[in-house]
Amino acid sequence: MEGKVAIVTGGAGGIGRATALAFAEAGARVVVADLNEVGCEATVRMIREAGGEAVHSGTDVSSASDVEALVATAVRTFGRLDYAFNNAAIVGDTGADTAECTQANWDRVVAVNFTGVFLCLKYEIPAMLESGSGAIVNTSSSVGLMGDRGYIPYVATKHGVIGLTRAAALEYAERGIRINAVCPGVTRTEMVEGIIGGDPEIEAMLTAREPIGRMGRPEEIAASVVWLCSDAASFVIGHAMSVDGGQVVAP
Amino acid sequence: MPRFDGKAVLVTGAAQGMGRAIAERFVEEGGAVVLFDLDGELVEKTASELSAKGKTVAVTGDVSKREDVRRAVETCVEQFGSIDVLAAQAGIGDLCPLLEIEDARWDRMLAINLTGVFLSVQEAGLAMAKAGKGGAMVVTSSTNAFYVEQHTAHYSATKGGVLTFVRNAALDLAEYGIRINTVCPGIIRTRLGLPLIEDPVAGPEYLKRVPLRRYGEPVEIANAILFLASDEASYVTGEDLVVDGGTTLGVVLEIPDGSIPGELAS
Repeated sequence: MEGKVAIVTGGAGGIGRATALAFAEAGARVVVADLNEVGCEATVRMIREAGGEAVHSGTDVSSASDVEALVATAVRTFGRLDYAFNNAAIVGDTGADTAECTQANWDRVVAVNFTGVFLCLKYEIPAMLESGSGAIVNTSSSVGLMGDRGYIPYVATKHGVIGLTRAAALEYAERGIRINAVCPGVTRTEMVEGIIGGDPEIEAMLTAREPIGRMGRPEEIAASVVWLCSDAASFVIGHAMSVDGGQVVAP
Repeated sequence: MPRFDGKAVLVTGAAQGMGRAIAERFVEEGGAVVLFDLDGELVEKTASELSAKGKTVAVTGDVSKREDVRRAVETCVEQFGSIDVLAAQAGIGDLCPLLEIEDARWDRMLAINLTGVFLSVQEAGLAMAKAGKGGAMVVTSSTNAFYVEQHTAHYSATKGGVLTFVRNAALDLAEYGIRINTVCPGIIRTRLGLPLIEDPVAGPEYLKRVPLRRYGEPVEIANAILFLASDEASYVTGEDLVVDGGTTLGVVLEIPDGSIPGELAS
């Protein structure tokens, strides 16, 4: 990926940070985007310390002007855009079944997880067409492929991300942009640590959902994202790849 | 560092086409490869050609016969000290209208495409479990597993069976540290694909259904299989990786921009 440029949203931690580092390790220059600018800067520092090139961008993916500015930053700083990992997402309230889910919670999760991915595609694609080709991976989830209880905006938007991925993939395949999704299972990130809240019972329950017998590591998701962006995946279009230790095989 | 340095790999159906490409890519990335195929002469030739790049051994046999599959696994362990990776690629294709499929034709399809996968996965799984070091398996299914075509009832049934078999196998093998996944190729430039690809009418016609506007190359399937077999995919199991240029995503209509009134388009 020498000479190539990647955007990673949700890059302040977890899967986003691991993927930004993996892109940099593969030789790409990276724009690390997140609402959490402190976390973003830390990711950029880690990339630079490892000898890579990166800049950060304080970005709210639910804001069209922010996303437009993010893509402009990539093009202005590094001259092009080749890869994007549209990963920023929030889980929203948990433990609230549909009738208890507030509309404010619904709107907030939809804005980030669903509209955010649409806006990223909308502004990244023209920059990639300008660069000649591109590859995009959107973060869905194992609950983008199956139901779950207590956090309907998250489950619904992660299903929606797969729809966005498939439709956009069809539209741009012929024009040299490959678009795929990755569906992580339970991965040890700040988001999941937050859900666990230090409760060993919740941790055991989440781990029990993984046939492989453990949670995923952010680096394991990152490896799939970088592979999907690489030329080795040149015939892979519109695919939602599960990286979940077998979770969706037998929920 | 090559991803398969020090790894022993068994590739079934390795004499030509995708199987050969898979074996070649494993050898290129440091793997020691047992090439297994029914066509003894051709598999010997392929193994000998690939031996210029690394360690290879040819085994002649029938994937639908347990003793043959066992011999291939044993050869891998004897020659290379272990079996770390299985790429179960051996398969046949056929076109026949459902009402004309005779028992022998059905039986042969099931024997090679489905029983062959069962035997390969079980024999390799037994050896991996015995060694206790885990392992990775990749089985070639097809987009026909979920996106069927006319006159392929027998073929599609086996490929659908393979998909379901592998999902179950992922659960059963997880406790041994063995990951297993499928790759589902679309139309690929191989002996199986060429009759369609080179047909002057059907070839270009089918291509209209491929969003990427080209057929796949064997190495593109091989690359997907290597990824799934590698440590990069350490958390991927039970997955069906579709490698089809977007063919099964949806219908690609050839409509000039703006020719559908908005109310119909929505």
